[in-house]
Amino acid sequence: MGQRLEPVAVLTSPSSDGGAGGRDAPRLLRRVNRFFREHRTLSLLSVLSPPLMWMLVVYIASLALLVVSAMYTLDPVSQKPTSELTTQNVVDSLTNRSAMVLFAQTVGTAALVTVLCIALALPTAFFIAKFAPRWARRGLMVSMLLPLWAGYMVKTYAWRTMVAPAGGNKFAAEGRGGGGFLQSVLGWTPGYSWYSVVIALTYLWFPYMVLPIYAGLDRLPVSLLDASSDLGARAGRTFRGVIVPLLLPSIAAGSIFTFSLSLGDYILPRLVVDGRRRVMFGELINSTLGAPNQPLAAAYTLFPAVTIVVYLMAMKRAGAFDNL
Amino acid sequence: MRLGRPARGVLAAFTALTLVFLYVPLFVVARLSFTRANSISWPADGWTTHWWEEAWQTEGPRDALMRSFWVALTATGIALVLGTIGAFAMQRFTFFGRNVVSFLMVLPIALPGIVTGVALQNTFSRTFDLGIVSFKIGFGFHSLVIAHATFCVVIAYNNVIARLRRSSPNLIEASADLGAHGTQTFRYVTFPLVRSALLAGGILAFALSFDEIVVTTFTAGSGYLTLPQWIYANFARPKTPVVVNVVATFVMAVSIPLAYLAQRLSDSD
Repeated sequence: MGQRLEPVAVLTSPSSDGGAGGRDAPRLLRRVNRFFREHRTLSLLSVLSPPLMWMLVVYIASLALLVVSAMYTLDPVSQKPTSELTTQNVVDSLTNRSAMVLFAQTVGTAALVTVLCIALALPTAFFIAKFAPRWARRGLMVSMLLPLWAGYMVKTYAWRTMVAPAGGNKFAAEGRGGGGFLQSVLGWTPGYSWYSVVIALTYLWFPYMVLPIYAGLDRLPVSLLDASSDLGARAGRTFRGVIVPLLLPSIAAGSIFTFSLSLGDYILPRLVVDGRRRVMFGELINSTLGAPNQPLAAAYTLFPAVTIVVYLMAMKRAGAFDNL
Repeated sequence: MRLGRPARGVLAAFTALTLVFLYVPLFVVARLSFTRANSISWPADGWTTHWWEEAWQTEGPRDALMRSFWVALTATGIALVLGTIGAFAMQRFTFFGRNVVSFLMVLPIALPGIVTGVALQNTFSRTFDLGIVSFKIGFGFHSLVIAHATFCVVIAYNNVIARLRRSSPNLIEASADLGAHGTQTFRYVTFPLVRSALLAGGILAFALSFDEIVVTTFTAGSGYLTLPQWIYANFARPKTPVVVNVVATFVMAVSIPLAYLAQRLSDSD
């Protein structure tokens, strides 16, 4: 904004013929205004500190405490954490083979969900941004985004309903009759399995991917695409050589959500696989917390936390933050 | 870029299929809330409003709805205040560490809910000893509000800062040139400028809080059930599965129009 022009005349003789407000400010208020104009740093601090303090005191401090409590010792008798510091939990979590395998699987699932979201969002956003009639674009985009607000639990519940297999299961009432929607309409269902988890997570986070990609495509000048085809590139070549490179920051922005939200999810996976087995790392954190082994759970929590912070920094370099 | 008719047709069909994929599950849930059977198997068995009446008469979902409503409203209020002033600070000043602050603002929604949840639960359950006073935050309405406000701040912040970036700084200078002092400029120029962005951000933050379950599970403590938690708890109860459909349909019927309204508001400049 640079320096503002000082309305000197008005400050010395408060206008009575009505400026923007038409009323004179009380004297105290005028002094306060002037004080802040002359002291930029104080002014910055006073506006920035409430949100910054909240973030630091509530959030960053909690994350720091989490790291500390990952180093607490669990009292074997009372099952409560004591503040005797040890690195044992971190060592335990890193050397627990099944935990590491589960974490690798979880990262794989989150990556697969992200790839599926991109595969679904690219053609869709491309069609809407470049080929759909102008009047239909906004409506189409709104329809892509609205399911986002239908509610997480609602959508989780919806997918359980969709994939419910025929025949009995733990939740007796569901099994009566011919099974869920997919079973009776398509005659096939992935059932309560990892495949259903992947489908449901893709469904859940797709709007987060289609929005930045659409925004990126919308900014992409048509003349670039025309230039590419004038130079003899076919559609596929233009897509690979022009569109995708220019869209990378948008895809990176979308992937922050699809990857991170999938990585930490444990409620949908548990419900969609019908609690039969652990498919996501979050379930391990949750059950360790309930064991109760708070320090070990805190150590496990550091896995996704560190992964995401590293991922965020990489995506920031890819220019994702300007496209959020 | 030129695409032949067949290629364009394929793209259009793909888009249509995506829409089907997005809406069929929601439609199935809503349709099944009117089934006559005490089961959520497809196809639905006729039409009845029996389960809607049953849901209305049950106290569980109603109490949960009210709790969710108050938590979302309070958290949204806090988030709007913090997010808006944060956005003003970031837009108006350049300072050392500005990038770090913008990273901080995004962190609570970028980190997985389980990380935020476990971290906050850990903090809330601790006793802090400051020498003179020792206190514990504990769990209940207040802990939920603190947790929800933390990840809602970024929503308000994003909406307001996007609006500020798009609006011309000349307006504020013009206001000062015309003799308005700071408070007047805020009241007659800046505030009207961001008003609809505030409203849109508020609705989205409300919807996010209303819908949240992961952080909620960790920070609510026992016995304080919000609506999503009620749905979660009733997943496994085979007695009246269709009541869950009713609650789910109700949530959709309230939140989708609200989200649409927010969309319209942030579009209209």
